Amino acid sequence: MIKVEVYADDFDAGFEISKLSALGCGAVASFIGLVRGDGDVEALELEHYPVMTQKALRDIAETANGRWPLHGITIVHRVGKMSLGEQIVLVCTCSDHRSAALDSCSYIMDRLKTGAPFWKKQWFKDGRSEWVEERQSDLDAKGRW
Amino acid sequence: MARILNIVYFAWVKERLGKGHEAMEIPSDLDTISDLVELLSKQAPEYKSVFADLTKLRFALDQEFTSIDASINSAEELAIFPPVTGG
Repeated sequence: MIKVEVYADDFDAGFEISKLSALGCGAVASFIGLVRGDGDVEALELEHYPVMTQKALRDIAETANGRWPLHGITIVHRVGKMSLGEQIVLVCTCSDHRSAALDSCSYIMDRLKTGAPFWKKQWFKDGRSEWVEERQSDLDAKGRW
Repeated sequence: MARILNIVYFAWVKERLGKGHEAMEIPSDLDTISDLVELLSKQAPEYKSVFADLTKLRFALDQEFTSIDASINSAEELAIFPPVTGG
């Protein structure tokens, strides 16, 4: 079961995780990305390419599904403006065993960072804004798979 | 025969061009995304400025990532944007 959602509003991570747990597998792994207050950042704004986003996220999930014995994958990503501490992304995987659940969750996040059409803009306390640049560490993380 | 290509822009590319999309009539002898970028750069200074450093841009044809050397062929939509930064 693959579920991919893009929301403008906040989501209930606990609800999403418990829905995957209810599939009856032995291991559930999840990752939640939150808005981080680097420097004077007070908000993040996420833009995306709607027609491509669903397709890109689904492709990543399907590739993970082919590599690990998974029972379910949920990817939820938010768009729009978010304040410090708010949830941006949830990736949740479930499998019979922990290594498959943990590794696939990590794989999906690494692929999502460099392979899904989202762009982050940082808003600072003084009203300035700046588009976030690609990070070499994200490219390196993708390369390890 | 000339064809119409829908071009969509995102993030700072969209902001600096002052538009999120446009439809463009593509000359029949135009082949790659690179050819199109060159053509647009000659049309107006804002394109020239946005396309000045092509290492900062990424492309998708019909919602699939591709390289600047890709042939546009019969694609309906070209997207031009900076490297993605989601998650």
